[in-house]
Amino acid sequence: MEMNQQLYTKRRITSMLGLAFSMSAMAIGLAVLLWILYVLFSNGLSALDGNLLTQDTPAPGTEGGGLRNAIVGSLMIVGLTVLVSTPVGILAGIYLTEYGDESKTAELTRFVTDIMLSAPSIVLGLFVYAIAVATVGNFSGYAGSLALSLIAVPVIMRTTENMLRLVPGSLREAAFALGAPRWKVSTFITLRAAKSGVMTGLLLAVARISGETAPLLFTALNNQFFSTNMGAPMANLPVVIFQFAMSPYENWVRLAWAGALLITLTVLALNILARVFFRDKAGS
Amino acid sequence: MSETKPATKNALEVRDLNFFYGKFQGLRNVTMDIAERKVTAFIGPSGCGKSTLLRTLNRMYSLYPGQRAEGEINFYGQNILDPKQDLNLLRARIGMVFQKPTPFPMTIYDNIAFGVRLYEDLSRTEMDERVEWALTKAALWTEVKDKLGQNGLSLSGGQQQRLCIARSVAVKPSVLLLDEPTSALDPISTGKVEELVHELKADYTIAIVTHNMQQAARCSDYTAYMYLGELVEFGETEQIFFKPKQTATEDYITGRFG
Repeated sequence: MEMNQQLYTKRRITSMLGLAFSMSAMAIGLAVLLWILYVLFSNGLSALDGNLLTQDTPAPGTEGGGLRNAIVGSLMIVGLTVLVSTPVGILAGIYLTEYGDESKTAELTRFVTDIMLSAPSIVLGLFVYAIAVATVGNFSGYAGSLALSLIAVPVIMRTTENMLRLVPGSLREAAFALGAPRWKVSTFITLRAAKSGVMTGLLLAVARISGETAPLLFTALNNQFFSTNMGAPMANLPVVIFQFAMSPYENWVRLAWAGALLITLTVLALNILARVFFRDKAGS
Repeated sequence: MSETKPATKNALEVRDLNFFYGKFQGLRNVTMDIAERKVTAFIGPSGCGKSTLLRTLNRMYSLYPGQRAEGEINFYGQNILDPKQDLNLLRARIGMVFQKPTPFPMTIYDNIAFGVRLYEDLSRTEMDERVEWALTKAALWTEVKDKLGQNGLSLSGGQQQRLCIARSVAVKPSVLLLDEPTSALDPISTGKVEELVHELKADYTIAIVTHNMQQAARCSDYTAYMYLGELVEFGETEQIFFKPKQTATEDYITGRFG
């Protein structure tokens, strides 16, 4: 019995140590996050007024101003990116699980995608600058969307693949057993079963690209005026933040904080939405 | 009493079938006939090849590279192992129900309609009729008729399995393959599925794999006892259970082995 008591005490201490370590790790992580949010709110909240959505970025030396052009620009660039990368990413994910599986092409695709996932975004931006800005002769919203797509497609593709892999093989077999061709099994059965997981991946990809700055610096650049022409330079939140935060003008700096707060809240909302989607899946 | 040739017409004739999972041989020289509109049961210990045999009959194994079959399986005279065989058409004619219920992530109605839509273009009323017909065949209609719009996954396990049977029946195949259809079900649901098998054989040829000896005895006309990938004995169920010719068969069905 004495032995057991000793063993028990030892286990209790180990358990308490483990708990203490993980709790402090959590506390540090949470504290940093709260700190970021606190700084953002205390600096950005004062600039969140009606003008933010109705006025464009101010010229140097002028008072006031808002972020209307940057918000619209960001929405358009990100929107086009989503329109382009969703079908490509999802179809590629379907190819990897349902068609390619262990083939050489699929292995190669996975390898390249993994490299793309970890490629520095500034490199992708520079690449798009070389092929879609330098050759055309001007910066454009399209080039911005192209650069962001290079980031979004691998994310959507790999989440789609992973989610489809979670669908039990028996479900596929059951569909095949009815005489369904492969494309119908993939789209009507497998993809449908993995719907919420794929949606989650999509939302996380949007969250990821909505704050990317480097790829847009080389591609969409910036525009002081309101413009919906995607063939020309376009204002967008990340680049405006980058330029305004380091400027000497007090109202610019305030707008930069407001933009940062806006992006953070958007990303936070997207992440929460993604969690809700995934929870729904677990529930059904 | 012939061992491999029942007197009735054959839906499927298996000839010298050998099956390989890569290098491992899963079936050895299996030759047998599956009679039309009869229930043929496959029994034997785990790993004996009975499920493998079933999965060759609708070429399900062809989904997996590395698995291959040699020999002949004649389905009303046509060799379905022929590489030119259209697998989707074959599977529409030879349906399969699996061990675990696998309802599709859609409504009860669409679960049935999915398979039907693949090969038939029915009007809304015709489809409604077909769905009701299939669910009635599977003894599920009265339980689900008021909730056809609900997700198939919301049903209980036993109901899900009957939904899967209804789904297979709905496409009006000529053969139904049942791979341990009741092993995940409670005794009451099992009873319902067994009754169903009995009723379905009026219209369909049925092959059933089962671990449950009583089930084979209760609901089959012919029984095949398999062991280590070989067909040890095949004949009328009554003969297999009461006067087995092989001592190996007798040992298995009396529980001395297995």
